[in-house]
Amino acid sequence: METKATVIRDENSETAELRINMGPQHPATHGVFRMVLTLDGERVVTVEPHIGYLHRGSEKLTEGENFQQITTLFDRLDYISNFNNEWVYVRTVERAMEVEIPERAEFIRIILGELNRIASHFLFYGTYGLDIGAMNPVMIGFRERERIQALFEGVSGARMMHNYFRVGGVKEDLPDGFVPAINALLEHLKKGYEDAKNILTESEIFIERTAGIGALDAERTLDYGVTGPVLRAAGVDYDIRKADPYSMYSDLDFSVPLGSHGDCYDRYMVRMLEIEQSIKIIEQCIRRLPDGPIQGKVSRILRPPEGDFFVHGENPRGDLGVYLVSTGGTVRPYRLKIRGPSFSNLMALSSMMEGAYLADSTVILGSLDIVLGEVDR
Amino acid sequence: MSTDNFNQYTTEEFETATRAVLGDIKATVEPNFGELGIVCDRSDIVAICKIVKQDPGISMEYLRSISVVDWVEHMEVVYHLSSIKHMNRIVIKVVIPLEDLKIDSVITVWSGADWHEREGHDLFGVEFIGHPDMSPLILYEGFEGFPGRKSFEIPVQETFYGD
Repeated sequence: METKATVIRDENSETAELRINMGPQHPATHGVFRMVLTLDGERVVTVEPHIGYLHRGSEKLTEGENFQQITTLFDRLDYISNFNNEWVYVRTVERAMEVEIPERAEFIRIILGELNRIASHFLFYGTYGLDIGAMNPVMIGFRERERIQALFEGVSGARMMHNYFRVGGVKEDLPDGFVPAINALLEHLKKGYEDAKNILTESEIFIERTAGIGALDAERTLDYGVTGPVLRAAGVDYDIRKADPYSMYSDLDFSVPLGSHGDCYDRYMVRMLEIEQSIKIIEQCIRRLPDGPIQGKVSRILRPPEGDFFVHGENPRGDLGVYLVSTGGTVRPYRLKIRGPSFSNLMALSSMMEGAYLADSTVILGSLDIVLGEVDR
Repeated sequence: MSTDNFNQYTTEEFETATRAVLGDIKATVEPNFGELGIVCDRSDIVAICKIVKQDPGISMEYLRSISVVDWVEHMEVVYHLSSIKHMNRIVIKVVIPLEDLKIDSVITVWSGADWHEREGHDLFGVEFIGHPDMSPLILYEGFEGFPGRKSFEIPVQETFYGD
């Protein structure tokens, strides 16, 4: 067969829109997330997100479990920040039953919750580096996160699925030598944080790839119900630890980093600055960590009164809310709805991505830092 | 536990303010564990949402979640709203009968209602009128039944132990 190279140039031809599928098995979608992109050349015209690949029916499962057992299900929602999930859940039951929590338990919770925030943000740092094509950050991000997970293992016995928070307190006291261990850990984290910052924060390539990309103004971000670092990057000062303080946060000295442009770079910066603030919070907590009981007075079988309760807390990804409907006197919840921050954050994806370059689509998705375990529940 | 965690208003002031802006709309307004509970008819839901969002004193610009609760005799749709400006919180509850599981969509008020409503349709079969896309969100195409409902029986898969 004779082949001949010809340049096809048909005057009547038109450019056509191209629909491509991305995910659910794709390294840059951070889990089983699928989106169908319609492209016009290099530009994204529309985005159709598809979720539900990790739907396990967590909300329905809670209806068949005792109140003590549900903590384990919360571990598996946002599997990057397990302590923070458990915390919001136990606070919901504590609020319903009006349980007093000893001060030591509160401080332990804050220390672990904030460490978990740092671990989560380090993981974001690493994977975000990969999303934009830098190999180094993931080494640093995972190295620092692993140090934290090792400490978690010492405290709770598990690297990730801790099941450590209890209604009224925590499962058991901190292990011997915890304070020297966490002091040494913080020194490591500070060094690791400096390393991390030096690689990306002022890198010209990184700024080129992220600044001005995927920007969404404050009003539209809020309209989608976006919370957490993505909302604060748009300049909205809404951190539940400050706006609706829980636990001992009102006594602690820390600030809420805010962005101004609402683009990918600001989202990255807000998270990095939050690591600094979390370290500051933990240092205060270690200084003030009192002796005493770690478990308040709670009956062995939990029976919250009749009513409905919505409790929320500041997760690394935003506002995690738990809506508990109790019919009173029962050992299982009647209905438990989980409002995951990633779920709402992901809704804003389409409007961030439309009009952007295809190459930036992973950068924008990465900047939302979603965890599909919580999106699909 | 104190219910006085509103920054700008006390609970009573906020209650009066909300009642004032609702005007003629028939709805009961009473505090509920630190939040302000509003129970209304389903025909008024969009009107109430628009008012509480747009009124500068109430300013519910942030839709936290929409939950559907199956009470067996009826369904209940619960809207959790919050104000970033004033840190006030409102819960709106609407009862809908089983034989007519329909309610107006609030997607025109908050874009964030989108997936919450689709989820409610997936799991409970509540139809949100005016929502542009009611295709399955977290369930797959062709799934039968509404797994969120109390009447849904979780199918038991037979375990295969090999020959």
